Amino acid sequence: MDLYTILKIVWAGLLCVLFIGLGLFVGMDMGVGTLLRFVGKTDGERRAALNIIGPHWDGNQVWFILGGGAIFAAFPTLYATSFSVFYVVMILLLFSMILRPVAFEYRSKAESTRWRESWDWTFLISGFLPMFVYGAAFGNVLEGVGFHFDWMGQYYQDSSFWSYLINPFAILCGLMSVALSIFQGGVMLMMRGEDPIYTRAKNCAQWGAIIAAVLFIIGGVWVRTLRGYVLDSGNPGMASVPMTGQHVTREVGAWMHNYAAHPILWIFPLLGIVSMFVGAALARGNSPHVAWWFGALAWIGTIGTVGASMFPFFMPSTTNPDQSMTIWNSCSSEYTLLCMLIVALIFVPIILWYTSWCYYLMGGKVKAPSITDSHSY
Amino acid sequence: MEQLINPTVVDLSRFQFALTALYHFMFVPLTLGLTFFLAAIETAYVVTGKQIYKEMTQFWGKLFGINFAIGVATGLTMEFEFGTNWSMYSHFFGDMFGTPLAIEGLMAFFMESTFVGIMFFGWDRLSKPAHLAVTYIVALGSNLSALWILVANGAMNVPDGGHFDPDTVRMVFDDIVALIFNPDAQAKFVHTSTAGFMTGAMFVMGISSFYLLRREHRQFAAHSFRMAAVFGVCATLAAMTLGDNLGRLDYEHQPTKIAAMEGIWDTTKPPYAPWLLAALPNDAKQENAFEIGIPYILTPIVAHSFTTPIIGMHELEAAAGPRIESGIAAVTALRRYEQSHQQADLEQFKAHEKDLGYGFLAIQHAPNQDVTAITPDQMPNVVKQTEPDILPNVFVTFWAFRIMVFIGCWSLFVFAIGAYVALKNKLEQNRWLLTLAMWSIPLPFLAAEFGWITAEAGRQPWTVFEYLPTFLSASTHTVGYMVFSLIGFALLYTTFIAAELYLMFKFARLGPQPHDPHGAADAVHVSIGAATHVSATATAH
Repeated sequence: MDLYTILKIVWAGLLCVLFIGLGLFVGMDMGVGTLLRFVGKTDGERRAALNIIGPHWDGNQVWFILGGGAIFAAFPTLYATSFSVFYVVMILLLFSMILRPVAFEYRSKAESTRWRESWDWTFLISGFLPMFVYGAAFGNVLEGVGFHFDWMGQYYQDSSFWSYLINPFAILCGLMSVALSIFQGGVMLMMRGEDPIYTRAKNCAQWGAIIAAVLFIIGGVWVRTLRGYVLDSGNPGMASVPMTGQHVTREVGAWMHNYAAHPILWIFPLLGIVSMFVGAALARGNSPHVAWWFGALAWIGTIGTVGASMFPFFMPSTTNPDQSMTIWNSCSSEYTLLCMLIVALIFVPIILWYTSWCYYLMGGKVKAPSITDSHSY
Repeated sequence: MEQLINPTVVDLSRFQFALTALYHFMFVPLTLGLTFFLAAIETAYVVTGKQIYKEMTQFWGKLFGINFAIGVATGLTMEFEFGTNWSMYSHFFGDMFGTPLAIEGLMAFFMESTFVGIMFFGWDRLSKPAHLAVTYIVALGSNLSALWILVANGAMNVPDGGHFDPDTVRMVFDDIVALIFNPDAQAKFVHTSTAGFMTGAMFVMGISSFYLLRREHRQFAAHSFRMAAVFGVCATLAAMTLGDNLGRLDYEHQPTKIAAMEGIWDTTKPPYAPWLLAALPNDAKQENAFEIGIPYILTPIVAHSFTTPIIGMHELEAAAGPRIESGIAAVTALRRYEQSHQQADLEQFKAHEKDLGYGFLAIQHAPNQDVTAITPDQMPNVVKQTEPDILPNVFVTFWAFRIMVFIGCWSLFVFAIGAYVALKNKLEQNRWLLTLAMWSIPLPFLAAEFGWITAEAGRQPWTVFEYLPTFLSASTHTVGYMVFSLIGFALLYTTFIAAELYLMFKFARLGPQPHDPHGAADAVHVSIGAATHVSATATAH
């Protein structure tokens, strides 16, 4: 294998890690946002719930930004095309993502009930919607999307946005991702919250994990009936052009081929299902700290399952399968991938180090702040 | 092109980008400036141990937080908008442009965002020096963030560190050192961050003046005023010098931008050439309908010499003619090469490669937007029609630049007088100065916005200078999509600004409070705060 191919695979792996980090950390905050109105009945309870993720949400949100940046740098064609093709949902996602920081910072800075109620609704929408879109995007790429390229690499959309907005399989994936985020958010609230938040969060976390597991299994069965994609000819070390150089065919059940060829890959779906059930049991048994880690394993299992089944596809095209975006044809040049890898190897450990220091520093139970305290959230 | 480019979609995409970028850029300069100001006051607190400096840090920190939140939120839009609205740009230039953007996330933005939480919540969990270190990390992070963003922006203006690759039909990155030490990026970074310090200084000085005018928090306000005024004088002088340096670089790399900024249609005759104070550039007629200027100073300002003529836009246009024709040959050969992969086609392309961008520029005037279909008879006409396209909008660039410069001079004046009076301890006797300083708060923000307009409107018609025209860069959306997103952004951003201003006014009026965020004394102080708030609002009406 030449260096370029290795770099492409490494970056596809790193992208999976980013997707896992995004699902886990952003998902956790989103889960808290979605649950806010349900775990907190009074203003004080809601503020306590918000302050549990108060010191961390900003750092966590960077996973989202970093996800965007990394796709841009490592897979520019994928970034350009997928974000444009999914325009309507991407814009809705953006709107809810930009509402969140403002909601955090502004909610508790004025006393009026109407002001705070409005921001609480914002938390619900901006917690639910992004996770839904996140999951639904995976559902959509598994089914394939209608697009093709012209000779310069400009994309053209071939199907209406309704086809990816109202799509049963994508909706299932979206709901599953929301359920996982509710589990993670619930567990976080249990870790640092006191009663009554604790008991309510415990309830939600259990159900979140169980629903996620059930949807995951249904989705797995469903995927067998989808018309997947097979890369017949295409050179992994090819110059990265999506316009020509590949031949792709469609086949029912093709997404199971990788599992048939390498049975070891079954470890991902298994890990996913087991972690979700164990996570639910641990939440029930009042061990939120251990349950949190099983939530992390559940994300590894879920993203790993999708990755293993689609490899080497990123975003297959229904209208011109030969121009499907794969790891081989939508990435950056060798030089860029190498540069970015070196940068990531230096900075990711540093980030992990200071992020965990921050969690350690701000650990401990959180009480409701006084109503007019404008320093807390 | 199989589908014709819709100019309305391109215009709406540009409008949306400008709207979101200008909006984001209203919050960035203050963040850049206030972080270092906060670090400076907190240093004073740690060194002297005086409680007033802690109050100052916490108070200005709270205003910083209100501003920071929207900065982060609107920055998110920018990171995704290249993909959602500028697909061809992202595909064509992503190999070079994505790298600094991703490094910004990894190196700066992650650090800044993680530690800003600790800065607000960690007061009673960290020792004094440790908290100070956190504040410095936030300041460093936000400025590093600006550095990488401007490295990315610099690459659009002066695409150093990459080349066009005919095999993948896009720009390919080949030299990270050249990308980072891009002269345009470096000059822009220092100019932008010092402009940010200026904005922060004016903000602090203005709000302090407000208290002094009301004779509230007098010691606190006088302290803040003095520090801000001195900081402001230094920052403004630096921003001016560094901005001049940036102009000098543009003169070398982007002559069209400089000519448009200065409203120069015909090549100047040094040394008499005047610097225009005011003019009415007419883009359609390609002349200034009216102009007044100061003779003899244009050449030294722009070229740092007394003898170099500044090339005018008419001459730049004429010089572009042959490049457009050669560029059309480049696009034609490239397109053939994409299908044939023959060495002969590649060689023909290589012969015209340096003019490729000019060939793309001609697409708008080619029959059916296909430059390969231009017949020899049509050629002179297409070239003629394309020539004026190489110029940015002169009226906008000229005036945006002037407004920025005028505000810069005004700010220096306010800071200088402010510093002088504050150091003589005569602030409260000079109420006119306090009023002036208070009303000057929005000016540096405006200067930053107009600076952005100068730089980016002046870069037109390119997104990647002399490689990729703006009209080719946009995603192939429908007008409906663009209307949907534009309405959404307009509604959302209007709500944000209303909420931000409401809170800024609320907390600025409330003023600094001796306050321990998590302590038992909280309730008492808050009730004092509320009382002051009531009295402050009462006086206001």
